Amino acid sequence: MTASFVAPPRRLVTGTIDGRPVTVPEGTTVLQACRQQGIDTPTLCYLETLTPVNACRVCVVEVEGSRALVPACSRAVEPGMAVQTDSERVRTSRRLVLELLGSSVDLSLCAPEVRRWLVRYRADTERFGPAQAPEAARDAARPGHHGPAETGGAETCAQPVKDDNEDYVRDYSRCILCYKCVEACGTDAQNTFAIAVAGRGFGARISTEFAVPLPDSACVYCGNCIQVCPTGALMFRSEHVMRGDGRWAPERQTVTTTICSYCGVGCNLELHVQDNSIVKVTSPLDHDVTRGNLCVKGRFGFQFVQNRRREG
Amino acid sequence: MFGAGGGTSSYQEVEETDLILLWGSNARETHPIFFHHLLQGVRRGARLVVIDPRRTVSAQWADLWLGIDVGSDIALANAIAREIIDAGLANHTFIERATSGFDAFAASVEPCTLERGARDTGVPAAAIRQLAHAYARADRAQLCWTLGITEHHNATDNVLALINLALLTGHVGRYGSGLVPLRGQNNVQGGGDMGAIPNKLPGFQDLEHDRAARARFAARWGAEVPPRTGWHLSEMLDAMDRGDLTCAYVIGENPAQSEADQRRAIRLLSGLDHLVVQDIFLTRTAELADVVLPASATWAETEGTVTSSERRVQRVRRALDPPGQARDDIAILCDLARRLGHDLGEPSPEAVWDEVRALSPMHAGMSYARLEASGGLAWPCPDLDHPGTLFLHARLWEEDPARRGEPAPFSVVAFEPPVDLLTDDFPIRLTTGRRLDSFNTGVQTSGYTSPLRRRESLDLAPEDLRQLGLTEGERVRVVSRRGAVEAPVRADPILRPGLAFMTLHFPDQVATNVLTIDATDPKSGTAEFKATAIRVERLGEAATAPVPEAVAPAGGRT
Repeated sequence: MTASFVAPPRRLVTGTIDGRPVTVPEGTTVLQACRQQGIDTPTLCYLETLTPVNACRVCVVEVEGSRALVPACSRAVEPGMAVQTDSERVRTSRRLVLELLGSSVDLSLCAPEVRRWLVRYRADTERFGPAQAPEAARDAARPGHHGPAETGGAETCAQPVKDDNEDYVRDYSRCILCYKCVEACGTDAQNTFAIAVAGRGFGARISTEFAVPLPDSACVYCGNCIQVCPTGALMFRSEHVMRGDGRWAPERQTVTTTICSYCGVGCNLELHVQDNSIVKVTSPLDHDVTRGNLCVKGRFGFQFVQNRRREG
Repeated sequence: MFGAGGGTSSYQEVEETDLILLWGSNARETHPIFFHHLLQGVRRGARLVVIDPRRTVSAQWADLWLGIDVGSDIALANAIAREIIDAGLANHTFIERATSGFDAFAASVEPCTLERGARDTGVPAAAIRQLAHAYARADRAQLCWTLGITEHHNATDNVLALINLALLTGHVGRYGSGLVPLRGQNNVQGGGDMGAIPNKLPGFQDLEHDRAARARFAARWGAEVPPRTGWHLSEMLDAMDRGDLTCAYVIGENPAQSEADQRRAIRLLSGLDHLVVQDIFLTRTAELADVVLPASATWAETEGTVTSSERRVQRVRRALDPPGQARDDIAILCDLARRLGHDLGEPSPEAVWDEVRALSPMHAGMSYARLEASGGLAWPCPDLDHPGTLFLHARLWEEDPARRGEPAPFSVVAFEPPVDLLTDDFPIRLTTGRRLDSFNTGVQTSGYTSPLRRRESLDLAPEDLRQLGLTEGERVRVVSRRGAVEAPVRADPILRPGLAFMTLHFPDQVATNVLTIDATDPKSGTAEFKATAIRVERLGEAATAPVPEAVAPAGGRT
């Protein structure tokens, strides 16, 4: 016999979004309500498996009576709340966020919708001028030690790729500081705390303790940070190498969900296969065993099946 | 337990419980994603108690760590039980309604005072008392364990001792209260479910005593099912020793390296008249075989199902074409049957599964379509409308005695120390286990380069290292009553003096199982991998020469 569990009933609240009345269960976020209405709301730092951190501000909406714009991803719908998702203030704010990111960070590997948003909000990523020379040693920047503001063009996060271990690479030229990797490494999933945000202002960056290479850090190579990274800043080494060689071909890849071959927890793996070879492994966010998370064996321990091919 | 061969609870319950006992399990390294669920529970306020001889990375999350002496789990469980009864914290309502054998059990643990428990286990009496009171008073509690409980000569008794605690407190059969054995392989639960147990048919139907079940199988298969209990693995090795077992067909197992007392295992396998090995690799066992049948990798090259530690049946799917002549296990078995004169046709994996559903009532509702749509279903799932079962034994809480059914029995179990006794000649207790990035004999994990990987070492308490006059990295001879291996020593502060640790991950470098004892549990057939008596001998000057790089896994670090 199975007992069934019914969550306590939730009150319904009614507000308006873009003038249309919307009724949702109490606790529903503005973002969820927008999505239910089919309103495409840009997000960069939001992921359904992580606690909202309100870092990117690209999902902001205007709420009547609120002095500041509010992040849709974490603000709950309140009775009588009047939300505008496409007002001039909202469009300006979203455009500026995209322009600041697009001018300083390489967004070329982001999901296609990011390019769509850049167009929709008419973001001009060139408006701050040509990129300045990259800072020599971003990792050495200390909080409070800013030089005088340069005026000769757009500041840039461009920096060499960190390629210090066999499993994955970190290309922080692509990092938008969305905090997802920090959350996945921290209390939302892995609880390893190998990385955090170091520095302040434009000097802020994702870093291991004292910026040590990964093999000297607390990292346990679960790759749960790669899973949530929206910009390609964190990448399987296999993908990085194949992209470098021009062999990476997503259009020739299949994705098959199966169960990990190691311990008895039963984690779901998504095997990304190109030319009969596994090229990377992810896990479904919406499966309640893993919620997108794996351990080092599940994420990287697949090579043995294909070593048999090489050995004949 | 109580007739169902699986854990009682689902992973989501460990997130919504009040007390988590992790007994003989280093889940942080061995079941990392289960530990994610456990940590969600801790973050929501559950207390965590870890019972382990080592202060593992799991124990480092605990509110209370009980550094138990290897193999004294029954002594600890009985002392906890005695304290719960003595303090008046036993759940007598539950005991009277849903259990049997309480009086005999209570009498058997009466001598197991806290003081005696402390003497037998090495755990301070105050800590035993604290655990007993916390477990008995918790609204909900999950008792989880792994091979630290089952890799002992008295494995079954160890499990029974833990079940006694759940019965004593009513921590079973309710949401958030249960008994959770974490399975070590991706389908060890499924293997048992499918009847790969000497006395069971698929669905845990009794081979010898369930006449009706036998008749159903006979009708479906058109052949009588002999009502004779078979041998488990350890009994098979004994039968080889006696000459009663002369041929073996080994599928997906590497007993030449995974069995305790490895030299004996290799001798027995080599002495067979005929050995067939079906595997995805040419393992050491396959090297001994007369015939090797190359198989496809079940998790990535075939269709089918596996069952996880929460009894959840999930689909594995084919993502890759198998290499060379490797074929599906089903195809190989059917071909073999044809050669033996039985045409089983060429059934698809789904057709085989549908036969399971037809014969095993607890799987009947799990069609491929439902497994696909639901992301897996937990047994029992007796019909197509059944949602699967989150936790077992809710019946024990029913008001109506008819629905409550058979009471769950207490078991009288006595503490017996490990078979391999510590003496002056063999003064150190060696225990074995897994590391995060490796798995068993390394057949699978040696295939990838892990930045975390260290080659094999004999891990000792820093105090022991000093006392033995050894320096970190020095190669030593590790001697047990069955054999000796050489390995570098490493100081590990998670070990207490007198306790040593090795893995089984690098058998080609250090054959740890040359040391281990094949004393096995008569009921489950599990060998006592967790408790070996060893001594450590210095090798002298020559020993400090560096180990040739070739023995380290490619790209591995030391």
